[in-house]
Amino acid sequence: MVGKDCVAIACDLRLGVQALTVSNNFPKIFQYGDVFLGLTGLATDVNTVSDVFRYKTNMYRLREERDIAPRTFANLVSSSLYERRFGPYFVSPVVAGLDPKTSKPFICGFDSIGCIDFAKDFIVSGTASEQLFGMCEGLWEPDMEPDALFETISQALLNAVDRDALSGWGAHVYIIEKDKVTKRLLKGRQD
Amino acid sequence: MLGRRHSESGTGAWGQVFPARAPNGSLLDCWTFKQAHHRPRPQQDDNSSTSTTPTATTTRTIAKMEVLLGITGKDFTIIAASKAAMRGATILKTSDDKTRSLNKHTLMAFSGEAGDTVQFAEYIQRNAQLYSMRNESDLSPSALAHFVRGELATSLRSRKPYNVNLLMGGVDPITGKPSLYWLDYLASLADVPYAAHGYAQYYCLSILDKHHHPDITLGQGIKLLNMCTDELKRRLPIDFKGMVVKAVKADGIIDIEFDDDKIVKSA
Repeated sequence: MVGKDCVAIACDLRLGVQALTVSNNFPKIFQYGDVFLGLTGLATDVNTVSDVFRYKTNMYRLREERDIAPRTFANLVSSSLYERRFGPYFVSPVVAGLDPKTSKPFICGFDSIGCIDFAKDFIVSGTASEQLFGMCEGLWEPDMEPDALFETISQALLNAVDRDALSGWGAHVYIIEKDKVTKRLLKGRQD
Repeated sequence: MLGRRHSESGTGAWGQVFPARAPNGSLLDCWTFKQAHHRPRPQQDDNSSTSTTPTATTTRTIAKMEVLLGITGKDFTIIAASKAAMRGATILKTSDDKTRSLNKHTLMAFSGEAGDTVQFAEYIQRNAQLYSMRNESDLSPSALAHFVRGELATSLRSRKPYNVNLLMGGVDPITGKPSLYWLDYLASLADVPYAAHGYAQYYCLSILDKHHHPDITLGQGIKLLNMCTDELKRRLPIDFKGMVVKAVKADGIIDIEFDDDKIVKSA
């Protein structure tokens, strides 16, 4: 979700096999330098894809001697997913970060074969995506300060997952500013 | 690394393993396939009366009947596995040990398709031991869990994936912190305080949700385990022939005497 000179990204913490909850501490947001990647979908592919991008961004940093920019990373995600066009990873990623030069917020989402979806306001993904669309559409407004953005993204996520039986069980929320990243753990409903 | 069972095939063969879209069309926020969705095999001919192998469906039902349980506590991790070795409707053995120790402070329990389980477990065990010999230091439980996940994940996208579910319990030799890792045949890895595999999940996880605390003693852990096995004896339709119980502590893996003969009254 985009704010004024800041972006936020949040995820729930549930891991389950259909209706059975296996773990309520399974984060789906991964940090690569200053870029954040959220992954929903098949758990094994969440693990695999997050590992692949940790490897790729580490190699990028060694080669270029700088961290990868969000827009570059988004194109890396897109091409990496399309490599598996006819046997995809079952994930729907979300990328968030601030452009290292202009400090402008950048967010985008993907389908499982790497088609990029750029957005000016918010990106949603996962089983509760319909509920999230509703909440975000209702709560989001342009140019929110970091505190307002945190409140908005948290309320949007928490209230969306409470209407979805398959997600919830706590949440992680990251607020990304120019020289500060704040990570908060929301307990959420545990039923 | 020791030799792998089979080489990677290209992405072409992969398409047969999974449907192009997720089953039932829904994307859970984070899901794993239910086993029945995984690779439907061709139906057997009606007139072929001599089948030497059980069908894939029965194999998977049996795998779910196998009980794996793991509980962490203050300074230990308990791993328990059922003693019955099953094939079709028959119990072949009542003293099966579905665990392998990977090093002094990491233990792995496994269930799944008959041939795959021991093959995969011993492949992992030998690589863990090879690492210990080469480097004169053991891999931590966390490192081993991620190594195993890597092996299972590459196997998943191969021509014939291993059908193995795992629990890995250990105590970090340096920090002394206990850990338990839940891995399914899709190579989903989760770090959990307590875990189970198969049908046992449905009975045991709710009991553990209610009674587990992170700072329980080994005695309290065994009591918890007894509550779980009592419930399984009460509710599982087949006799799983008791449990092999082991505990990992900072100073090594210990066998725990477990009373399998206790009769549990039905509800």
